[in-house]
This record gives sequence, structure tokens and C-alpha cells, in this order.
Amino acid sequence: MTLQDLGRPGYMGEGLSVGGAADRTAFLEGVALLGQSVECAAIEMAAFGGDFTASTDIRIALTGAPMVAACDGEILTWNASHILQAGQRLSIGAATAGVYGYLHVGGGLVTDAFLNSRSTHLTAGIGALIETGEKYSIGEDPNRREANKLISSAPRFEGGTVRILPSVQTRLFSTDVLERFQKTVFSRSPRANRQGLELLFEGDPFSTKDQLTILSEPMIAGDIQMTGEGKPFVLLPECQTTGGYPRIGTVLPADLPIVAQAGAGQRLQFQFIDYDSALRTYRTKDRHLSELASSICPLLRDPHDMRDLLAYQLVGGVVDAFDVPD
Amino acid sequence: MLVTFSDVLTDGANGAALAFRAAVEDLDLKGVSETSTSLTSAFVTFDPLVLEREALRRTLSELVEDRDWLTAKLPGNRVRWIIPSLFGGDVTGPQLEEAARLADVSAEDAILELCAKPLRVMTLGFAPGQPYLGSLPENWAIPRQTGLTKRVPVGAITVAIRQIVLFSTSTPTGWRQVGICGFKAFRREAEQPFALRPGDEIQFQPVLEQEYDDIQARDQSGDGGATHEILE
Repeated sequence: MTLQDLGRPGYMGEGLSVGGAADRTAFLEGVALLGQSVECAAIEMAAFGGDFTASTDIRIALTGAPMVAACDGEILTWNASHILQAGQRLSIGAATAGVYGYLHVGGGLVTDAFLNSRSTHLTAGIGALIETGEKYSIGEDPNRREANKLISSAPRFEGGTVRILPSVQTRLFSTDVLERFQKTVFSRSPRANRQGLELLFEGDPFSTKDQLTILSEPMIAGDIQMTGEGKPFVLLPECQTTGGYPRIGTVLPADLPIVAQAGAGQRLQFQFIDYDSALRTYRTKDRHLSELASSICPLLRDPHDMRDLLAYQLVGGVVDAFDVPD
Repeated sequence: MLVTFSDVLTDGANGAALAFRAAVEDLDLKGVSETSTSLTSAFVTFDPLVLEREALRRTLSELVEDRDWLTAKLPGNRVRWIIPSLFGGDVTGPQLEEAARLADVSAEDAILELCAKPLRVMTLGFAPGQPYLGSLPENWAIPRQTGLTKRVPVGAITVAIRQIVLFSTSTPTGWRQVGICGFKAFRREAEQPFALRPGDEIQFQPVLEQEYDDIQARDQSGDGGATHEILE
């Protein structure tokens, strides 16, 4: 469990990869649900949630890999925003599909920003895992009544076919190997973290003629690296900035959340598409956000379950994280 | 978009990448969000909705043809660091003997060769602010180890493939650790967290253990007793 936002673009030349939320779509969904700035950091939960309390009434949004969430025993809808009242206990369990779930807080969690981001980047030694008992301040929430909204989230938690573009070394692979690569059904290995994930498959390795002699070149999240053993490894936001293994292709940013959210054993397939088709899937952050905002509707509930939405009090306050699994 | 000057590492190709990146920065192209370099390539990140891919390819191709990049002048205001360093020792340079043997020299001569001249920061990578320094003489074209060292400390001086990597974080590695210094290439709390830029130079200066310990005890800056001068 770590604190994440959209990371630190612009420092590749200094050896620091962007980092940030493993599922950027899920992060932006939370931003859209709470109608706040992308600078508001959220808690990224890898496969498991935890228990949380707030010292004041706050708004929350739950996005990404669906997890069973309850507020003082009352089940909360995922992909929605809610009010969490002071003293209530928010319990988030294991993911029922996918990997990365997000707990967003109105106003965002406040820590000292480094290079304009609060993202924990474990491989770079920036920030650390959230521990049981930790307390975070939260920022001022200008829309603190705006809750109980639902966002229709694109399905991406069961693996599937993802679209890729050729990368720098794609031409080092023979046509036969590229064909076989697209026909192969891969399964995500248990070896995965925010740096990347390994793919398992049956059959011959996917090798190039120059597997071991290429110089390190810049690499980015989405690149599919072929290790020395000819095994594919898909890079995620916390990857290293350069790598010496040949890359067979690059996953489109629009499809990368499908890869990041593939659980161990889930199936993934890759399909090359042409540049113009890829370009049509590309969205700037602002356009993506406005599209997400237009897919939000009121969360309809049984009136018996509705809480008194006027019973809010303060801005600012503290969120406690406790009972956090590793 | 990647512009590669050579498939093998040479000082000239590395200089070309550095000079080319600086020239791309100078063009100040609308839609270019970031530039960086690896050992022999310049990498340009762009927004394809603002700057069409073919337009960028044309611009960069024209720039490639514009001059002889292999002999181009390196970017200005480069810094040369002289860093007091401790070589050998069970903890501080456990693989000095082994690396020297692979480079076909005695441990004493190995230290002399590694410290003989300033080495260029050819690129920063792998970890934040972490420099790849080169090029060492040909006998240092030694392979990385097949296994990994469990963890090298921050400041570890490691060698392989005619380069030195000065570790900015503590991590597992296949490079052999021959020494250590107190220079922190990544300074999380500093106003300028990245102490080095590609094109800067580092010359290691061997010191004895007592002197090394005294320097580190005094140092508060993260420079580890290093001195520096501006080049050109």
C-alpha cells in the first residue's frame, strides 16, 4: 500500500522514471468522482486493502480493482464516492478481481511533495510502504458535500487482448517470432510489482539474433522486454529508465491498465496495430478526465441506508491507516 | 523518438548523443515534453496530438544531417569532480582483487588505472542520478558477474564493460564493487537532488582508510569531500 498520484514526468534524463499510479485510469476516475485536482494523492492498494478511520467527516472515492468495502459494516459501492463520518471505520478487503485498488480522499492526502509529486517510488528510495498506525493529514476539500456518485468504469480486471506498437528493437525479431508472439496466450506470473510483470507461456523462447549484445536504451512503462531467456516482461511506471534487453513492442497507454490489473494466472495476448489506429486511442490527461467526468451519475441507494449528508463538520483532519496487511 | 549514433559504445558516439540532445532542447519544439540520453542515443518524448510524428522525424533527421555530431562540442558548463575514494577492503571494495584479475593487472595497478584520468558521465540511469562513467582502458572490458551481489551500498564504485557505475541507491547488482566514496549522486533532501549531469566528469582519487574516514566524518553536504571545477 503506497501513496500515489500521476508521478514525476520529466526526469528520465536524470535516471528517475515517472512512477505514479499503476492504473492511471483508476487514479483519474477518483479525481473525476471527487471533482478535484490531479495533485490530490490517493492510497494505492495492491491486492489487499486495510482498515481506516478519519478524525473528521471526509469524502472518499473507491476505484480500480474492485475490493469488498464496508463502512461500519454497511457495504459501500465500488467505483463511487461516499461520505465517511468522523470515527466511522472503513474496512477494505481483498480484491475480487484485478490488482490495484485506490482509496481517494477529498482534498488528497498531504505529505511533503518531492519534484511536484507525492508518489512513493520504492525502487528510487522515495517514500515508503504505508504502515499500520500511520496518520496522514488531508488537504482542504472545497466540494465536501459532493458525494454518492457512481462512475461507469471500463472493464479491465480480467486480462484480455492488449494493443501494441512496434518499439525500437522490434525489427530485430523475425516475422515468424512476431507472428508467434501475437498468437501466444500468456499468463501473468506471480513475479510482478510496480516495476513490471513477467509473462509465462508454453513453447520456444522469443529470441532475437542480438539478444545479449545490444546497448542499454531508454525505456518506458508499457515496453515489453525480452529477457535473456526469451521471456517477456512488461514494464510498469516504476521501471528503470534504461534497459539492455531487446523490446518486442510497447503496450498503448490506453491499454496499459489492463496489463497492470492482470492478476497472477490471468491471460494476456498482444496484437500489433498501426500507428494511426493507436493515435486514435491516445488522450491527453485533460481529455481523459473530461470523458470520465461525463460518465458519472448519481449513486442510487435504498433510502433506509442513506446517511445524513448534512452532518459534516470540519475541513482538514487526519486519516488513520491501521490493520494494514503487508 | 530515438536517435542512435552507434550500436557500440564509443566516447564519440556518447558525445554525439549529448550534443544532439542539447541541440534538440535549443530548438524548443512545441509538443516536445522531455529529452534524455542513454549511452549513444538521444530520446525525445512528444505529444503526438501537438507535434505530428512525421514532422518530428523530419526535423530530427535534418538536425542529424546538419553537422558531424561525432566531433561536436559537448554542452557547456560541465563540471569535473575529484572524489576521494577508498579501494579494496572486505566491505568497501570486496571484489577489487577479482576485478583486477579479470582486467589482467595487480590490485595496485587496477587502482592506478581506475583513477588515472577523469571519466565522463556518459549517462544517468538505472536509479535516480546514477552515473555510468567511461571509458576505461580496453583491459577493463570485463563482463558483469553472472550472479548478483545481494546489495551494494550508496557510493559503491563498481566496474564492468569498460565503465564504472557509482551507485546512487543501495541495490542488488551484477557489477563488481571495487571501492566506495561518500559522493551522493542522488540527494533526496537537496534543492538540486541530482548532483551530476551527463557530460560532467569524475576523477576518483585513492585515499587511505584513515583519511577516508576523517573526510566522511566531516562531510555534511553529500559531496563526500569531493572538490569540483567548471570545465571550459
